[in-house]
Amino acid sequence: MKRALLALATLALATPAAAETVAIINARLETASPAGTIPSGTIVLRDGRILALGAGVSAPAGARVIDAAGGTVSPGLIAPSSSLTVTEVEQVTSTRDDRSGKLSAGFDISYGVNPASTMIPLARQTGLTRVVATPVLSRGGGGDGHKHDDGGAREFAGGGGGDDAEPMMFAGQAAIVGLAAGDLDPVVRARVAVTLDLGEAGARNAGGSRGAALVLVRAAFEDARAFARNRAAYDRGETREFGLSRVDLEALIPVVEGRTPLLVRVNRASDILQVLRLAREEKIKIILEGAAEGWLVAPQIAAAGVGVILDSQTDLPDSFESLAARLDNAARLQAAGVTVAIMGSRDLNNMRQQRFNAGLAVANGLPRDAAMATVTANVAKIWGMTGVGSLIVGQEADVVLWTGDPLETSSWPKAVFIGGVEQPQGARAFELRDRYATPGAMGYPPAYQ
Amino acid sequence: MTSRLRAALAAAATAALLVGCATTGSTASTSAKPTASSPARPVPTGLDPATRPDPFPSTYAPLPSRLTAIRGASILTATGQVIDRGVIVFAEGRIVAVGGGDMAIPDGATVIDGTGKWVTPGIIDSHSHLGVYPSPGVASRSDGNEGIDPVTANVWAEHSIWPQDPGFNRARAGGVTTLQILPGSANLFGGRSVTVRNVPSVTMQGMKFPGAPYGLKMACGENPKRVYGGRSRAPATAMGNVAGYRRAWIDAADYGRRWDDYRAKIAKGERADPPKRDLGMDTLVGVLRGEILVQNHCYRADEMAVMIDVAKEFGYRITMFHHASEAYKVGALLAKEGICFATWADWQGFKMEAYDGIEANAAIAFRAGACTVIHSDDATITQRLNQEAAIAMAAGNRIGLKITEAEAIAWITINPAKALGIDGQTGSLVAGKRADVVLWSANPFSVYAQADKVFIDGALVYDRRDPRYQPKSDFELGQPGEGAFHP
Repeated sequence: MKRALLALATLALATPAAAETVAIINARLETASPAGTIPSGTIVLRDGRILALGAGVSAPAGARVIDAAGGTVSPGLIAPSSSLTVTEVEQVTSTRDDRSGKLSAGFDISYGVNPASTMIPLARQTGLTRVVATPVLSRGGGGDGHKHDDGGAREFAGGGGGDDAEPMMFAGQAAIVGLAAGDLDPVVRARVAVTLDLGEAGARNAGGSRGAALVLVRAAFEDARAFARNRAAYDRGETREFGLSRVDLEALIPVVEGRTPLLVRVNRASDILQVLRLAREEKIKIILEGAAEGWLVAPQIAAAGVGVILDSQTDLPDSFESLAARLDNAARLQAAGVTVAIMGSRDLNNMRQQRFNAGLAVANGLPRDAAMATVTANVAKIWGMTGVGSLIVGQEADVVLWTGDPLETSSWPKAVFIGGVEQPQGARAFELRDRYATPGAMGYPPAYQ
Repeated sequence: MTSRLRAALAAAATAALLVGCATTGSTASTSAKPTASSPARPVPTGLDPATRPDPFPSTYAPLPSRLTAIRGASILTATGQVIDRGVIVFAEGRIVAVGGGDMAIPDGATVIDGTGKWVTPGIIDSHSHLGVYPSPGVASRSDGNEGIDPVTANVWAEHSIWPQDPGFNRARAGGVTTLQILPGSANLFGGRSVTVRNVPSVTMQGMKFPGAPYGLKMACGENPKRVYGGRSRAPATAMGNVAGYRRAWIDAADYGRRWDDYRAKIAKGERADPPKRDLGMDTLVGVLRGEILVQNHCYRADEMAVMIDVAKEFGYRITMFHHASEAYKVGALLAKEGICFATWADWQGFKMEAYDGIEANAAIAFRAGACTVIHSDDATITQRLNQEAAIAMAAGNRIGLKITEAEAIAWITINPAKALGIDGQTGSLVAGKRADVVLWSANPFSVYAQADKVFIDGALVYDRRDPRYQPKSDFELGQPGEGAFHP
């Protein structure tokens, strides 16, 4: 308790000044909107919103003026599916609140959001201003992180252990989380989707095959509808037996009513088609994540109007459900008219990979003009966020000033604004860096500096 | 610093040669002494490690090549130079000349226009599990960790390599021409690594880098103690790890002494029974003799310092620490000891021993004088080691370390070559070396750069625009996509 109070006090101290009026001049404005890129102009932030932007805009009187000196201003990046804010150390189970264990659709990730995570300041330093925290299965599904550290993840991939209980089918409910420093209540919106791993992970979870998984999913939807129709009968114990618990069924109601999307992790082309059919027949909204073989069924995805969240690095036949993985998946989907959002990896310390993945997609055929939106506006669109994701007058002033091209390895953020407030530059990793970067002049070890 | 390391490695190589000579010498002298009262019985094949020191010999042969010149490109030589609009010529598998735009191009050369493009040495990935943890990553092909005992120095990664791993092709498309394939890190001693040429091959032997020294994979920290402690076996703690290394080195020193005694007796014409051969001990003794290079998985600064002392206690050298998330805390120590470190740009924080990992790790330790390597340990990152190095460089430049492209290219070329003991043959663009060359579409440190052409021993092994030079693995034939990973 004392520790919690201390943490809160620290957070309060770290709260930056309220939104001021800021004008960033001499900037290349990459708007991620139909306005495209303005080669040189000014953007004005006031009262937490974008007041004006363009080539002919001048700084209002009294504004703090920042000379970008030719640097780029972009919308703040939004991670479309991540464990940031709900996990601190991947292999330290006690720090992981990104998976349920027992609850199914009812699991609510928003309750585990920790605004004091040391990974948030670091994420801001790669231009992220928002994140969608999405639940994963314990043994990994489409949202599994990269298997590093030879021996670690691999060694235990098939192992037992007490922490790999799996929920029935659904991994739980996602949340949109803001990354502003000092924000003690950063959940923008909870329960924005229910997540579901299908394909190999879903089959495993259902006892071994895809046929079982999809039957269970359809049965769960039927149960949720029956439950919604007659809660009173359920409470009296007068309904037939349902496969999921009451809280799980409750969470599925907005999904079967088409109000909340189902985020489906799936990779094989045939699985994608099955999911599209499921959505059509059940009249539910879906978002696809993974979609390694998406390019093979790009017209069908486009026709269904379904958005895709993908990792553009995926090009290995890593499993029998991603045999057709290609580096130009994003480019082909985008060309077919699909709204594509690019994710990094789920590894928290590597959030920067998102913007480099957008660059990689460009190297493999995605038009550069379309790339910025894949990490900003398209993420907002897919997740139904309004007022963020583009540099448009009236939108929230979540903007980043970069030293150069935001998608380049050689660039970093000079300034990050969330809701018009400039964010502090510090991060635990930066303090470590600075402690050791310059050898001590005093003769004391670095820890004493 | 780097010269000191090179000297040390050269010394190790010399020692290896001497040991080799001594061994052959003693065998020869035995047979040449007819005066011995009772001639020693010949040791049956396979029982004396010295009779066939290379039992799985390389059958690698360079692919056909032609006299080739690339002109007009910016050339990063990995010797500290950048040549603008330079020329590189290679023939019969070797680099003939590297120079400025005025350099003459020999008659009959196939001339490639490199205007606006960049040339680097072939990329070397010093930490790979391609082939041993191949794609698809199914349980029946999971051959990287002999996780049944903390000391499995007896296993050799080359016996787990599946040459049809499609990952080799992807890595080649990213400019990777040489890789060290290692066993995993479940064990204190994981076994022997092997260095391979990244060429399509039906057999593992067809990929083996001729004459490259073997490595011994050792692992510090969380993995071994978690794997065995979880089974109520030693090691269960960090101190258990260190006790395990020391016990094995004691066994190895003892085993080596028994062979030395045996050979001394035979040399004097005395009767002696050879010690029973032990494959694991053979490998450890190879390290003690300087023939096998220690490749030590170790994240934390304090653990690296302990491993350095273990090495001193038993008289061996650590060639490189792998992962080394905290190299930035001990850069000067690594420099002083002449030990390389290999790390990612920043793939950290996923467990406690990586919790202090930072993006500027490589850059800070590099500026402290340590031999710096960027590695992958991953079938995805290996495809873009150029970008990984770029990110590590940018993290240093963000704090004013002023790391140049000419310096950073060494992290993925000549420095890993040193750490694998092959820097005399590859890793930099120097006349006489193997013509392992990559032509990049743009500055290789850009996120938009792609390897356009890749040459191994002067032979074109990958061409981004020519499907004839985009080999597919047997596995990929007839599959959806058919391994056509190129736009």
